[in-house]
Amino acid sequence: MADHDHSHEHDHDHTEPPGDLELKVKALESLLVEKGLVDPAALDVLIETYEHKVGPRNGAQVVARAWAQPQFKEWLLRDGAAAIASLGFTGRQGEHLRVVENTTTVHNLVVCTLCSCYPWPVLGLPPVWYKSAPYRSRAVSDPRGVLAEFGTALDPDIEIRVWDSTSEMRYLVLPQRPQGTQDWTEVQLAALVSRNAMIGVEKAQQPEDGTAA
Amino acid sequence: MKPGKTSHIDKLPGLVSDGDGPVFAQPWEAQLFAMVLELARQGVFSWAEWTERLGVEIAAVRDRGEADSGTTYYRHWLVTLEQLLSEKGVVQHSDVQSRATQWREAYLNTPHGQPIDLSAGDSSQA
Repeated sequence: MADHDHSHEHDHDHTEPPGDLELKVKALESLLVEKGLVDPAALDVLIETYEHKVGPRNGAQVVARAWAQPQFKEWLLRDGAAAIASLGFTGRQGEHLRVVENTTTVHNLVVCTLCSCYPWPVLGLPPVWYKSAPYRSRAVSDPRGVLAEFGTALDPDIEIRVWDSTSEMRYLVLPQRPQGTQDWTEVQLAALVSRNAMIGVEKAQQPEDGTAA
Repeated sequence: MKPGKTSHIDKLPGLVSDGDGPVFAQPWEAQLFAMVLELARQGVFSWAEWTERLGVEIAAVRDRGEADSGTTYYRHWLVTLEQLLSEKGVVQHSDVQSRATQWREAYLNTPHGQPIDLSAGDSSQA
């Protein structure tokens, strides 16, 4: 109840103002609404979408379908944006999207060294570490070290390709399908695909009883 | 690069604690994010223009030696948006500043628990 016991010079009841950044955002929003450039209801829809409807589960469905259907995989690698749009995942930062495939000889890693471009329609919004200066620089200068920090060990003879996203092109990693999943459904397969695997800092999860053949 | 001692700047922050899913640390970040998307959709600026300017701002942040940790990401968005809107003559810096002050006054003039109305901050406008 007594939220603010500390004494202020004003003794009348008041509401504690938010911080400067939040006040600035409120200021911008109210000014833009007055100019008719922003509709608060449209903002709410966007926020709802990005908080609850767009996320890495979308990308996991894409990966699972590529694992299960060779024709889809071929399309995905040839024209990522179109193949992904066929599953209903479209929108900002998804228009130009290239899917890069991990193989027994190549491992792919995605970064945006400039400003954290990221394939929103399939992965949602990027995690904090993706936007941090250390990741943006070290993914390029020391990709193997970054992978090790994520617990991802690669054989020394595996080539690591680092893809630097731009406003013109964004990337999604197609991880290797784990062994021992031949009979799995797409829903089961999707559960093995984490956000980090699609950025390339990890591999797809192994099925619990899976054995590396 | 020498093995052994690594400076703290080499460590990746938030490596393990960050779960799946969208990451807005605070509501204003979501509000700002949505505004930028909406303004791009309206054609106030193009998305390519936005990402280029954001990249320039983030590089400038680094040059100034300021924090660029991932948690500061939407601060860079706010600075970039203010600059873009000012350059394009849509909203001037001074208008943002005075409106922010007006909002602040509105909070201070509103009893706790009541909805905040901007008009409650009008006392600041003489």
